[in-house]
Amino acid sequence: MLALQGAFKEHERALQAIGARTRLVRLPAELDDLDALVIPGGESTTMTILMERMGLWEPVRKALSEGLPALATCAGMIVLARDITDGVNGQHGFGLLDIAVRRNGYGRQVHSFEAPVRVEGLDHEFPGVFIRAPFVEDTGTADVYAVQDDQPVGVRQGRLTALCFHPELSGDLRLHREFVNAL
Amino acid sequence: MTEPNGNGVLKGSFKVKAGLAEMLKGGVIMDVVTPEQAKIAEDAGACAVMALERVPADIRRDGGVARMSDPALIKGIKAAVTIPVMAKCRIGHFVEARILEALEIDYIDESEVLTPADEENHIDKHPFKVPFVCGCRDLGEALRRIAEGAAMIRTKGEAGTGNVVEAVRHMRAVNNGIRRLHGLSHAELVHEAKQIGAPVDLLAECQRLGRLPVVNFSAGGISTPADAALMMQLGCDGNFVGSGIFKSEDPLKMAKAIVTATTYHDQPEVLAEISAGLGQPMRGLEIPQIPKEELLAARGW
Repeated sequence: MLALQGAFKEHERALQAIGARTRLVRLPAELDDLDALVIPGGESTTMTILMERMGLWEPVRKALSEGLPALATCAGMIVLARDITDGVNGQHGFGLLDIAVRRNGYGRQVHSFEAPVRVEGLDHEFPGVFIRAPFVEDTGTADVYAVQDDQPVGVRQGRLTALCFHPELSGDLRLHREFVNAL
Repeated sequence: MTEPNGNGVLKGSFKVKAGLAEMLKGGVIMDVVTPEQAKIAEDAGACAVMALERVPADIRRDGGVARMSDPALIKGIKAAVTIPVMAKCRIGHFVEARILEALEIDYIDESEVLTPADEENHIDKHPFKVPFVCGCRDLGEALRRIAEGAAMIRTKGEAGTGNVVEAVRHMRAVNNGIRRLHGLSHAELVHEAKQIGAPVDLLAECQRLGRLPVVNFSAGGISTPADAALMMQLGCDGNFVGSGIFKSEDPLKMAKAIVTATTYHDQPEVLAEISAGLGQPMRGLEIPQIPKEELLAARGW
């Protein structure tokens, strides 16, 4: 769990509920020997600034580009993206997911919403919780993994999974279970 | 901006209101009075800003009635940053709150720092699409605000003093209130609810969770990285910093250090490094020197 800022404890609770062991990552050495990394929701600017300030940016990018699997939600998706629109000046992502996202693309908090999401491989719809969510404008070479109505809200590329919504707030453990089972 | 289409789209639910507070956790929300200050806060790593005309230290100094900020100022600050923007309305002033909602503020602070508009009733926050954060001094007060629809809580502390002692008192009071619930039978829980003036169902939820059912930040008097880390170690989910940043000698440096301290609150080596050479923090006030009628935390009930 990248634990710089945001809702990492909710991911921790969800993963522990399905029997996974978890560790909080705030320093480069804490990346050693991980099977996967969760990049939680929060403010992408705050996370990016803290990663750069504390020397985590390059180690995390390197680990992910060398194949460390990741589950990224909301701000986490922005951090992985190739192109970010409406970010702060000069805000950049790792560029490891070939997608273009618009920050807060669904609007400010009064437009935050819940809506059912169809996820590849799940029989039933998943309860999507979208909070100042990023809007996926282009999925490039990434695979669409989840849709709300017809709009992509989840993508996969290699061993990276990124979601616009928050499974950790939904009380539904299916996506966490699926992520862990695939490791 | 794109509107979501399709079946089952639900806006403004309690889940998305409380959910934004979850996303702010581990972060610092900074009081700002100009777009320039808002930019500094964002560049320092703030997870949100509070748009105000005056920081609490100046409200305290100036006296008079303190009201909601000018919408023109709020719009200017909203345009300057990409992070969430909050604003304050007076306790009980539901029209100020509707104006802030129309401005598409991301969170409303129904705040004791402004002059209360109603001495009996807080705002009924359930009908709003915009979420509210409210102050508390103990568990009973926190649960009364949640019953009215608050989706996030903060301790009151004593705003504008640069003195952390009241924030500590209030955080410990909330923690003690929750600890006392351990092992109580339902009958005893009903009695406790009566004693502290809290709804039984919310008290039962606190007992089951072992914490408040919504996110709880600390606020009121936090003015150094060490203060921010202290509050995190006492169990808060994040920090509001008001006068402490822009009343200090070097606001950008102080803001960066407080953000880092909030994340690395349990790592003394990191705290030692970032606390060095920050210049003067805000001057600060001893609480007993403040006349009782000027204490802000006593507003609201």
